[in-house]
Amino acid sequence: MNLWQKIACGVLLGVFGLSLSAQWLAPAGYAKQYREVAGAPPSQQHWLGTDDIGRDRFARVLYGTRISLLLAPAAALVSVLMAALVGGVGGYLGGFWSRGAMAVTDLFLSLPWLFLLITVRALLPLNVSPMVSVLVTFIMLGLLGWTTAARVLCASASSLRDSDFVRLARASGIPAARVFWVHVLPNLKPVLYAQFWISVPAFILSEANLGILGLGVAEPMPSWGSLLKELEGLVSVGEEPWKFVPLALLILVVTLFQTVLSKQDEVAA
Amino acid sequence: MLKLITRHGLTFIAIVLIGGFLAAVLMRLAPGFDVDEQQLDPRLSSQSIQALRQARADQDNIFRFYLHSLQRAAHGDLGSSISLGQPVISLLRERAPLTIRLVLLGLLMSWGFALALALSGAWMRVAAYDAFATVISGAFLCLPAAVLALLSVLWNVPGALAVGLIVFPKVFRYSRNLLDKAYGLPCIVMARAKGLSELRILLCHVIPIAGPQLLALAGVSVSVAVGAAIPVEALCGLAGIGQLAWQAALARDLPLLMNITILVTAVTLVANSGADVIGHLLRGREA
Repeated sequence: MNLWQKIACGVLLGVFGLSLSAQWLAPAGYAKQYREVAGAPPSQQHWLGTDDIGRDRFARVLYGTRISLLLAPAAALVSVLMAALVGGVGGYLGGFWSRGAMAVTDLFLSLPWLFLLITVRALLPLNVSPMVSVLVTFIMLGLLGWTTAARVLCASASSLRDSDFVRLARASGIPAARVFWVHVLPNLKPVLYAQFWISVPAFILSEANLGILGLGVAEPMPSWGSLLKELEGLVSVGEEPWKFVPLALLILVVTLFQTVLSKQDEVAA
Repeated sequence: MLKLITRHGLTFIAIVLIGGFLAAVLMRLAPGFDVDEQQLDPRLSSQSIQALRQARADQDNIFRFYLHSLQRAAHGDLGSSISLGQPVISLLRERAPLTIRLVLLGLLMSWGFALALALSGAWMRVAAYDAFATVISGAFLCLPAAVLALLSVLWNVPGALAVGLIVFPKVFRYSRNLLDKAYGLPCIVMARAKGLSELRILLCHVIPIAGPQLLALAGVSVSVAVGAAIPVEALCGLAGIGQLAWQAALARDLPLLMNITILVTAVTLVANSGADVIGHLLRGREA
């Protein structure tokens, strides 16, 4: 781990720790409305001011960060597991299975990512409770975001299939499923880790995009996407920078440092 | 060559047909698809409600529903938008020029920025400049596309620039790696040592080496630019296909969304296949 990766790790842990301690740092919660100070600028009581219905923006950022930082990795885990299943198994079995896995992957990749997301999101009910909307958004990201990882895993599993130790295991009469589980999968771990870390920032940004477009997490639940939606009401960035700059910087720093961390796994893979 | 074009053509048809079928299946299975708001009208008699149900009966079977849609599409009838009440074909015709212009201008800008930065970095080989270019592209990569679109509205810059800035970091990262690798090859070092001009090295030695991969990247960047058109058009108020897709998604206008999905899939596939065929042609000429 180089210096930048150590810094990235420290910053990400710090942000994650802050978001986990949201109930102590902002005990009133993200939905409490201070009607008397609606749309207020930053003050000692409300560090990032309040939104147009009087909710504390700092509390909403903390809770939104918690949702994004907890659920994006969960979605990445789902997508990596699916990629291991489709790409890893397809690549290991080879022939028809490999071609089939790649055909399915190509089918998904033929549509731009954001187009695919909004199409599938539109097929699901839009008028749902906030908690259901959070789950729908991140499960959808996990179930649709496996394709790129599947391609990489299929190629890695294909090369492992022809390696000496796998041939020896097969020649020793070990069943194919056991060879995959005991010999192939552990060797795919570096690729799986790398794909996991690549997926996390991609999912965070995708959720933010969906949120701004009104197809993400539903109100009053905060997420980075739904918080950025407030930008639509801005007349100029310089006028009320506290509405936008802290959150944009937070997203920038978190995704940048996650990308820095993912580089290490990419190199290892 | 003919074999390659035929293979791409068949893949194109297969993916569009299967993609269309999957879209139709998802659309048919989507909650609320078989419910018509008109059926809730208390003024309608039971016979009228029965007639409305009968009208939707042919949509019960997914295969029949898809075949029916294909037959109509073959005659130029893509159905009608539920939310906008207009034929889908006329909506697409109206909005396509703006999206095409936006995507093309965005691609031109992104490739311009990316190649300028990547080439100057490869020529200079100064660590500080490389770090500067990486930070610039990293910053754009780590901001959501929709935020860039909103900032373009706030700063009153054209939407094409927002598309360009969304696509730029992806193009820059890959093109820089390709050019770095090409400039590091012994033949290029030798050409430099012999005193060839940088322009000649670029045109005669670097581009033939990195060209096919850059072309493949161009194909992929079309897909990224088309994806970027959704937030840019939706948030900048540009009446293009991206905005239409967003409106269709919000209104759950599934027939419209299905047609846009197939159209975008076709455009992406044509771009990727085109890049692949041209790359193959270039490689063939070199050989």
